[in-house]
Amino acid sequence: MTVKPQARPKVSMSVIGPIAALIVLIVMGALMNPNFLGVDNISNVLSRSAFIGIIAVGMTFVITAGGLDLSVGSMAAFVAGLMILVMNAALPSLGVGVPIILLGMATALVAGLVAGWLNGFLITVLGIEAFIVTLGSMGIYRSLVTWLADGGTLSLDFGLRTFYQPVFYGGILGVSWPIIVFAVVVIVGEIAMRSSVFGRHCAAIGSNDQVAKYSSVRVGRVRMATYVILGLLVGVATIMYVPRLGSASSSTGVLWELEAIAAVIIGGTLLKGGFGRVWGTVIGVLILTLIGNILNLTDFVSPYLNGAIQGLIIVLAVVLQRESKPGV
Amino acid sequence: MKHLVSGLALSVALAVPAIAQETKVIGVSIPAATHGWAGGMNYFAQAAIDRLEEAYPELDFVLATASDPGKQVNDIEDMVATRNIDALVVLPFESEPLTGPVQNVKASGAWITVVDRGLSVPGIEDLYVAGDNPGFGSVSGEYMASAMPDGGKIVVLRGIPTTIDNERVEGFEAAIEGKNIEVIGMEHGNWNRDDSFTVMQDFLSKHPQIDAVWASDDDMAVGVLAAIEAAGRDDVKFVLGGAGMKEMVKRVMDGDTMIPANVTYPPSMIATAIEITAVGLVSQAPVSGQFIIGSVLVTPENAADFYYPDSPF
Repeated sequence: MTVKPQARPKVSMSVIGPIAALIVLIVMGALMNPNFLGVDNISNVLSRSAFIGIIAVGMTFVITAGGLDLSVGSMAAFVAGLMILVMNAALPSLGVGVPIILLGMATALVAGLVAGWLNGFLITVLGIEAFIVTLGSMGIYRSLVTWLADGGTLSLDFGLRTFYQPVFYGGILGVSWPIIVFAVVVIVGEIAMRSSVFGRHCAAIGSNDQVAKYSSVRVGRVRMATYVILGLLVGVATIMYVPRLGSASSSTGVLWELEAIAAVIIGGTLLKGGFGRVWGTVIGVLILTLIGNILNLTDFVSPYLNGAIQGLIIVLAVVLQRESKPGV
Repeated sequence: MKHLVSGLALSVALAVPAIAQETKVIGVSIPAATHGWAGGMNYFAQAAIDRLEEAYPELDFVLATASDPGKQVNDIEDMVATRNIDALVVLPFESEPLTGPVQNVKASGAWITVVDRGLSVPGIEDLYVAGDNPGFGSVSGEYMASAMPDGGKIVVLRGIPTTIDNERVEGFEAAIEGKNIEVIGMEHGNWNRDDSFTVMQDFLSKHPQIDAVWASDDDMAVGVLAAIEAAGRDDVKFVLGGAGMKEMVKRVMDGDTMIPANVTYPPSMIATAIEITAVGLVSQAPVSGQFIIGSVLVTPENAADFYYPDSPF
């Protein structure tokens, strides 16, 4: 009864697959448009990937532990809406400045944390299927943001937005903040997945939660932690998202959950749990973003077919890595 | 019970003619507020209903908002089954799936008003109220041509791939034909701020010189403006949105050179449809036919007439 999700140290297709797909895309992009490898475009692509990427790292843990969260896109929209409302409401008393930004950030983190905890509570304590719980919360958050915005768009006060904008557009040494935060989240996630007790417990639970339970893993608590962390990361992503356009509406974050899940699976994490790979998720996110970017930069295919190309590449990337999986 | 009530109404009617009419029910079925324009439409629908309920006590309204065509079909079936509606005002989510159900309502004898998106079988509706999509495109194109007398290079952001979008783009292309305006890029921004931000970033990477942008929608214009600002490019002279979002109309009113004009496609057309339908039920004025609401060019001179600060859109 070995639960160790340990791959043999040979180079397998499951490792090469996503990397090969990414390299093919980059070569294609570079051949089709000279601006593709320009600093501006690379910076655009990476900061664009950051929202889904940060969420997808959290999703990697949830899926590794055998769970699923469909609510993250709606949750991001709701958290963004709440954050804008709180900041606008505090504007008369706090004025434009650092404190109000910190208040907004705290709101986003707390809201994300609570939302993640609620999902986790319903799933682990009440024992309801993750698919059903998060399908429900997906609808709830989407409606709540529509309601908060009265069907329209919630916009951050213009002066406040201008002050807050550097959080998306600014950075250190030409590297913008979303990219830095994304990188930090990925590095911490990778370490946690590979060499922390928490990461191993996630994989053990995803492989077989009964065995994990008898091996004295606190199954409920670890599962709960994965949803709370995901919620928190949704908060982090929202902090980066709001300064970009300074608005949230019911069309914010639509389908982010599916993009995040697709990125996780392209990266080689098993959808049924038991094995997760954070760096793979990053490759998955980059693949998804690059497809859109390349299609915009070229007039190669009709824009009507963008979705088809994306679907094709997602399936191809997964087909490439189809072979013996560790833990199966 | 019903007979009793109408009998009672009849006897009362003999004494007090003013409340002689029996209550008539108007069902209003519209898409939910999933984007800015639809949000405005929901607001104006509610406002029109509130006003009419006050003005005509003999009218009753049922408002249902649907997030997909299937839900809208259910809403309409429920209205017929449980409220026995006398008239239906419907803005179809999609033409095809709604055609059959609306036809059934028509067969039950109710008055049908179709708004903005036509059904796929002609002749079902008694009244058709719509914006002018080809006109929207051609007014935009004519403005572009007049604002760039020496011609120039523009990029175009399109909406969600639909007939509406196609008609607008065709109208636009016809209007700029022979005006020396070169469309160097055209992509779908899906009437969405985030999508249009991404598309515009990529247009800016791809093309070193862009003279102007036809964003074709104000939500998309917001994303386009943010992308231009972030890239720090000053070759783009102006962005033309459309639909008359209040923030954009405000910028036109304030004489912002980046947003010199707007083209209306008023979400309040739903109010027009509800009002005319109500008039048809309570009076003898004939209201069947078509009512096409033209797209108007908003400039700093007339912007104040199109500025509705209370609307969410």
